[in-house]
Amino acid sequence: MGLLSDPVRRRALARIVLRLNAPLCVLSYVAGIAWFLALAFPPLTQRTYMSENAMGSTMVEEQFVGGDRARAFARDFTAHHRKSGALPVAWLERTMQSVGLEVYTQSFSRKLPFPDETHERYMVLGTNVYGILRAPRAASTESLVLTVPCGPGSTNSQAVGLMLALAAHFRGQIYWAKDIIFLVTEHDLLGTEAWLEAYHDVNVTGIQSSPLQGRAGAIQAAVALELSSDVVTSLDVTVEGLNGQLPNLDLLNLFQTFCQKGGLLCTLQGKLQPQDWTSLDGPLQSLQTLLLMVLRQASGRPHGPHGLFLRYRVEALTLRGINSFRQYKYDLVAVGRALEGMFRKLNHLLERLHQSFFFYLLPALSRFVSIGLYMPAAGFLLLVLGLKALELWMQLHEAGVNPEEAGGPSNPAPTLPAAQGVSLASLVAPLLISQAMGLALYILPVLGQHVAAQHFPVAEAEAVVLTLLAIYVAGLALPHNTHRVMSSQAPDRGWMALKLVALIYLALQLGCISLTNFSLGFLLAATMVPAAALINPHGPRSLYAILLVLTSPAATLLGSLFLWRELQEMPLSLSEGWQLFLAALAQGVLEHHTYSALLFPLLTLGLYPCWLLFWNVLFWK
Amino acid sequence: MAAPLALVLVVAVTVRAALFRSSLAEFISERVEVVSPLNSWKRVVEGLSLLDLGVSPYSGAVFHEVSVPFHFIILWSLITDALTAVALYFAIQDFNKVVFKKQKLLLELDQYAPDVAELIRTPMEMRYIPLKVALLLGYSIPLFLFTGSAFLSAIFLALATYQSLYPITLFVPGLLYLLQRQYIPVKVKSKAFWIFSWEYAMMYGGSLVVIICLSFFLLSSWDFIPAVYGFILSVPDLTPNIGLFWYFFAEMFEHFSLFFVCVFQINVFFYTVPLAIKLKEHPIFFMFIQIAIISIFKSYPTVGDVALYMAFFPVWNHLYRFLRNIFVLACIIIICSFLFPVLWHLWIYAGSANSNFFYAITLTFNVGQILLISDYFYAFLRREYYLTHGLYLTAKDGTEAMLVLK
Repeated sequence: MGLLSDPVRRRALARIVLRLNAPLCVLSYVAGIAWFLALAFPPLTQRTYMSENAMGSTMVEEQFVGGDRARAFARDFTAHHRKSGALPVAWLERTMQSVGLEVYTQSFSRKLPFPDETHERYMVLGTNVYGILRAPRAASTESLVLTVPCGPGSTNSQAVGLMLALAAHFRGQIYWAKDIIFLVTEHDLLGTEAWLEAYHDVNVTGIQSSPLQGRAGAIQAAVALELSSDVVTSLDVTVEGLNGQLPNLDLLNLFQTFCQKGGLLCTLQGKLQPQDWTSLDGPLQSLQTLLLMVLRQASGRPHGPHGLFLRYRVEALTLRGINSFRQYKYDLVAVGRALEGMFRKLNHLLERLHQSFFFYLLPALSRFVSIGLYMPAAGFLLLVLGLKALELWMQLHEAGVNPEEAGGPSNPAPTLPAAQGVSLASLVAPLLISQAMGLALYILPVLGQHVAAQHFPVAEAEAVVLTLLAIYVAGLALPHNTHRVMSSQAPDRGWMALKLVALIYLALQLGCISLTNFSLGFLLAATMVPAAALINPHGPRSLYAILLVLTSPAATLLGSLFLWRELQEMPLSLSEGWQLFLAALAQGVLEHHTYSALLFPLLTLGLYPCWLLFWNVLFWK
Repeated sequence: MAAPLALVLVVAVTVRAALFRSSLAEFISERVEVVSPLNSWKRVVEGLSLLDLGVSPYSGAVFHEVSVPFHFIILWSLITDALTAVALYFAIQDFNKVVFKKQKLLLELDQYAPDVAELIRTPMEMRYIPLKVALLLGYSIPLFLFTGSAFLSAIFLALATYQSLYPITLFVPGLLYLLQRQYIPVKVKSKAFWIFSWEYAMMYGGSLVVIICLSFFLLSSWDFIPAVYGFILSVPDLTPNIGLFWYFFAEMFEHFSLFFVCVFQINVFFYTVPLAIKLKEHPIFFMFIQIAIISIFKSYPTVGDVALYMAFFPVWNHLYRFLRNIFVLACIIIICSFLFPVLWHLWIYAGSANSNFFYAITLTFNVGQILLISDYFYAFLRREYYLTHGLYLTAKDGTEAMLVLK
């Protein structure tokens, strides 16, 4: 209580906050960034370890030898697929039945809010086929899923072949204690979403689908497989799911264990594991991997079918077979064995995977950073906002609030209510207008696509993206006219109060975001915080304006795209980058409507209005 | 004065009725921040259907509502909320009158104190609506009425006690307030003081006994005593809420829990005596602090309880300039109230966070509340000190003096 009640110490503290505000802010920001960069280095990254007892201590022996069978299935599947032009449902049903599964199909349809140009689809009609292997030893209360997405782009036929061969092999074993569902989905993620919703008997995204005829209990874990060649050089594993959700780290550990056991080469974010942690090269490479993971997680997209499973509390990951120019190649048997091992270990689970971490960052496949270690990075960045807000509050209230603290009997109190009244009234208009802009940004593009397409020579999908950009830019022009409406008796107090509110609003949002999706929160904080802290209407206005525009959410998205491709060693040219940016905008809107991804509403309803407030502060007259 | 009050009441009741029928009601009645085992609508429905079947509603471990209001439940909730509003309104108005009178009487040094007090009424009505909405939604009915009549006040206090037990501590501020109104000095040696206290205690105890007997005759069993008061005191339901109990007792070994239940529960009652001694001249402020303490330390708190004491903040507008940490504390409370749903989602729906995350926020929220209340308390004491000693103090050596709380 000493700090709360002792005026001497409080005054000293207040003086520190006021006098040293700028250096403290800079220090805090630098500390945040440095902390984040340090996450790739050994003291902060720890080796992963298996926490789940049921999967750790037991041994399994993989016996899968059906490589030829898998290739034959894949050939048949490709032939039938090519013949019918769509998913060969009848063939799949027949084949699944012939290997001894209970087979069901599910048809679904979905009309997208606007045509999806990347995947070239609008009205989607499809059928999912799944077969259930009933465990001989259990009462169908728990199950595991092996899913293969079949899209129009990649047929994934080798994955289907391997899945069928595995099903045939699994069928002959007696040790299964959980049912195993082998699922082939059409239109990749849309099919997965339809199946998951029907399986859990919910409808969250408005997809129409027929109800499922067969179920197999609560799904404990799922593995999605994408393979499109008979041999692979490495397996790439993806963990980032919808809205940045991650599966339990144990599932990844499990995968890694079997990769090591089978001598398979496995990658994360397309990067191999650094071997040498003692020199600088290893950590630098892991920093690259870490940045790639942060960018991917921040996008909040489901990076594979596993991403949708996570929403239903099913731990899941996607494995992709990569066939590059490397000399040494593995055939389907090696991949099949890794999968067999994983499923056998998952079969041992006594309860849901819960022992290991759910919040982590991965600088390499066998290294992780836990939440306690990465949170300070975001914390330091948010501290800048807090310090700045505190300074503004003190400046706003240094006159006549606390008689002992203001120093001297010169300030009678009645100034206070008047000043408050002014600032509160002047805050309402900017707040309302920027929120309304955000709402318009959220609703209008999809709602007005037909109107735009009628009056301008653009397609619907383009119309959505262009309207989005138009409203976004219009927001810059609009709000800074508002403050002329109200009286400005105390101009300085006006913008200070607005900035105070905006700072708290931003800190609140970033805090909430970084708890749910650290990557997104950190990325936005790292870009938005410096501008937010610097902005005031008295400095070099054009410089501030440029800085603010460069750190706006849309610019962050554009920058992230360039950084992403740079890190993947596939640099973008400017025009390519712009095209990718437009596509990303359309995908963001689409994913919000089809999978209820939250990035789009978060940016339009939360961060964009908040950013407009800062824009408003800058052009305060 | 009556017209705005009536308007506010009509709006509040309409909003409540509308929300009650909307789809939002279902969503809100699932939120842990709003619903406690004591006031959960689901449980009320369960109790009603048990009663319809001729089974004692308390026979399961689900229903913990007292039985008298339970017979006309929806009307009751609307009426009591409206009554709470009216009561608060009149109590504050009354309080203002007393303050004015006293200020005139004492010819206070502080020139602007009456001005500030004058400001009290308007914001009271303005800020009422949103708080009221939260209060109504929370469906908690803490009712206390400090009208002039000692008898009515005793009855309402008894009703409040009957419903949720903790308002028993409001007996002391109620008594002090009535004593002040009757110009009876609070002195141990004064005979009038003891007589009046005895009368008031009798009225209160009597009405409590009558209400409890009434519920006995309605159900013809004493089941409700353990099901309601035992439930409140021994905290068997550890559903997460915004309070301090659930996590602590979920983690604890069974054989320690009795001791710690006592330690936790004593917090509500413990501060009454020292507060009564310190604030015997200011019963309304005492009541405010006591309500806040109840809402922090009670076993099943909801945002309705928090909103109730926050509804008093406009009354203490004049303390605003003496508050020291209002900015930081307001930020803490705002941020915590946003983090509650986020962490709840992460824990329950996403399954990636766990109870520790949610409890951390609960803890921060309650620490924020406690600091806020102590800030208000200290501000009040400082204001009182300035009122008697003058605003601009100088120390002996001529420098500006400072007040230090030790």
